[in-house]
Amino acid sequence: MTDMQDSLRELYQEVIFDHNRNPRNYRPLPAASHHADGHNPLCGDQLTVYLQVEDGIVRDASFVGHGCAISTASASLMTEAVKGKPVEEVEALFRDVHALLTEGREAADPGRDFGKLEVLAGVKDFPARVKCATLAWHTLHNALVGEHETAHTE
Amino acid sequence: MNAPREPGVQTPILDLAADFPILSQAIHGKRLAYLDNGATTQKPAAVIDAEARFYRESNANIHRGVHWLSQHATELYDGARATVQRFLNAARADEIVFTRGTTEAINLVAQSWGRPRLTAGDEILLSTMEHHSNIVPWQLLCEQTGAVLKVIPVQDNGELDMEAFEGLLGERTRLLAITHVSNALGTVNPVAEMTKRARELGAVVLVDGAQAVAHQAVDVQAIGCDFYAFSGHKLYAPTGIGALYGRAELLRHMPPWQGGGDMIRTVAFDNTTFAPPPQRFEAGTPNIAGAIALAAAIDYVQDVGLARIHAHEQALLEYGTRALQEIPGVRLVGTAQDKAGILSFLVDGIHPHDLGTILDAEGVAIRAGHHCAMPLMTRFGIPGTARASLGLYNQRADLDALVAAIHKAQALFGTRRAS
Repeated sequence: MTDMQDSLRELYQEVIFDHNRNPRNYRPLPAASHHADGHNPLCGDQLTVYLQVEDGIVRDASFVGHGCAISTASASLMTEAVKGKPVEEVEALFRDVHALLTEGREAADPGRDFGKLEVLAGVKDFPARVKCATLAWHTLHNALVGEHETAHTE
Repeated sequence: MNAPREPGVQTPILDLAADFPILSQAIHGKRLAYLDNGATTQKPAAVIDAEARFYRESNANIHRGVHWLSQHATELYDGARATVQRFLNAARADEIVFTRGTTEAINLVAQSWGRPRLTAGDEILLSTMEHHSNIVPWQLLCEQTGAVLKVIPVQDNGELDMEAFEGLLGERTRLLAITHVSNALGTVNPVAEMTKRARELGAVVLVDGAQAVAHQAVDVQAIGCDFYAFSGHKLYAPTGIGALYGRAELLRHMPPWQGGGDMIRTVAFDNTTFAPPPQRFEAGTPNIAGAIALAAAIDYVQDVGLARIHAHEQALLEYGTRALQEIPGVRLVGTAQDKAGILSFLVDGIHPHDLGTILDAEGVAIRAGHHCAMPLMTRFGIPGTARASLGLYNQRADLDALVAAIHKAQALFGTRRAS
């Protein structure tokens, strides 16, 4: 087995397939206090992230849209990860996930436990695919800071 | 794979290893199956050598030098123009303008032919299947002049709706800008017939030949078009060189679109006069080595023979079409009667980008995405496709590798159905 085959298996793990086939929190959120659109014109990936924030806590998170397995799984895992977290923690998580995906594990907070999100780290061996994994997170960030321009990952 | 096919057996039309050493390398430990010729082609040794030889033996600036090397370089550059002229069967060498590629050639026509002539309400007719490079220059021109775009729709099989074309042609139609071959679908458009109809109504016709010239013989006089644009790098030549054919009587009346050296006759602060075509449209020192290498690429494909290349690629297209249709869950996008060697497809449950990554791990190089034809993808209601595009060096083995890799992707994604 070549390095490439190893990298491929590291990226396309069962948890990615699972979240691609059955994305969690895949629905609009009528009660959303925050939302933003994300678009990667190169891939055609497109999604909307919804957040319901109360007293500084993300009470609910969801998304709708379409994209490749990596972007769909990333969005699905993200909505699970941010639910119940204070906004500041979500922003810190965004920064750490961004570092993990673009620069690798050593660039992120050493104390950070990524949990299931760790599977997304596999994209760093696929430079053309990093943007697929980061799109949902950039969109989440835009939703939180009230940036209403569509998030782009190019 | 359930139907009998004869894999891998085919007489090559060239000496693959000697002519294209890049194709002999392993990618991720696998044999490279290069099926991204619609994006760019590989360069034969003869082209690489021609460019290197120019820099080793003949390099100098052209047109103004009195020294031997300059005159020699000028002869080679002018010779390259004559090669392009014969390649397209243009009536005269001064109907060939060297450009950076198709995109620059189309922009040249938009700005030099279109901008001074078009006025509000004039119509530019193009089609849904155009590459962005044959859409955006016209949109810019519309903003500048008030002209409007009219779009010929595409049918479900990827052919143009010719009835709609007839209906859209009118007395306000000033320009028909149409692709010869669709980069995303492979459709070969009836450009001669369309040109005839458009010119009967007094419209000027530009044909985007980027995806055509490497795959079939092109005769601009037989087509009858006013402009024909193509890129060298899709014709086994280097990037950064291409050409525009323009009918002499049109070029003669077109103003320069870029100013600088090489395009003038005399310069004074109160009056500058311009060189005749084609120099008028080639401001600055051109890509001399690129033009010479383009001529070498043309010599190469003509040595192999465009009729043979066409037959070879058509046979592969047929083989690949059947092979893809045999895979459960694979759907071809673009099934026109008259097609060039482009296989655009979708695999159920696997996004084209995921597929592209998995195929790459198998050494299979394809394109995934919108292929710079976003309006066409919107027409088909899809974000993009996976696209395998053929070149003269491709073999059945490349398509066998493609098919095997798709099966692997389906197995990995768990979307493989019992066949």
